[in-house]
Amino acid sequence: MDRFHGKALGWELKDGVVELRLDREPCNEIGSETLNELEKLAAALPNLQQKAHALIIYSARSCGFCAGADLRELYTRSQEMERAQAAREVRRFLERIHAVMNAIDSSPVTTIAAVHGVVFGGGFELALTCDLIIADKTARFCFPELRLGLIPGFGGIPRLKRDLGNALVRDLLLTGRSFNATKVQQVGLVSQVVAEGEALRVARGTAAQIRKFDRATSAAAKTFIKPIPYDELTEEIDLFCELFSKPAVAAGLRKFVESTEAQPYLP
Amino acid sequence: MNVTPTSDKTISEILDLAAAHFKVPREKLTPDDDFFKTLGIDSLQALDLLTKLENHFHVELPDYELQGVSDFRTLASRIQARL
Repeated sequence: MDRFHGKALGWELKDGVVELRLDREPCNEIGSETLNELEKLAAALPNLQQKAHALIIYSARSCGFCAGADLRELYTRSQEMERAQAAREVRRFLERIHAVMNAIDSSPVTTIAAVHGVVFGGGFELALTCDLIIADKTARFCFPELRLGLIPGFGGIPRLKRDLGNALVRDLLLTGRSFNATKVQQVGLVSQVVAEGEALRVARGTAAQIRKFDRATSAAAKTFIKPIPYDELTEEIDLFCELFSKPAVAAGLRKFVESTEAQPYLP
Repeated sequence: MNVTPTSDKTISEILDLAAAHFKVPREKLTPDDDFFKTLGIDSLQALDLLTKLENHFHVELPDYELQGVSDFRTLASRIQARL
């Protein structure tokens, strides 16, 4: 499937580049609808990767790349079922999202996240699956999960550990504060910081550069330098599910859902 | 020789930045205004302003330091403390 247009996202293969466009109101929150369509992408990737040399992920929403998990859906659904069933559903959701994240992370093509605005939680985790992150000056990166009594559950911790020094990982997770693009570039996570609105254009230029190289060689190099931390990813799911069962999480989610602000992004 | 700007200068620069970024007449902003109400912004736009301020003043300002801060004068004091 070289082209797909869904409710939460769409993609198109053009000139050897797969461009995945995230476009779900209000800020690409990842819930069941997005997951269903990401699974379609994962299923299409083996075929797409035969014809592409790069995958660019970007957002069409003005607020940013992705604000993370759809917490309203998570809270509503967990309240509709008894606790044991809710726990099973959460674990199943995490296993599915991890499968998608791992598919992108292990893709033989070079992957680029072109980000702006909020790159929070699950959105940050999606960006971390990519080989390169190109951020415009409005981008802010954050793992706010501890505010809800949780940890990142979409594979963020193992991928952060893969890419960053432990001190910065601790800062990100334990303070839950957001970092601007300049800071994240200084610590080596963001490849390029560009002017507002320019991330996708620069990502396309980078993809054009990548096209010059032999695809098999690029894929081999990527496999060598970018291991997938499968064991730790499984441990993260276990820890997330253990924390999710605690009463503080339901209280945190309820507070978020009942907030009068449209987008309570400040701590 | 680097000279740390005075807090009045910092406040003035913040008001200039906020007015330009949110396209509000500069003369309508005063140091003790509630920037959420005066600028008509939400928390997402406040983060946007934070990025602008960090880049302008070349500081890092943890967003949790903005808890309970809603006026420009207090915001300036948070930035001043990092200059």
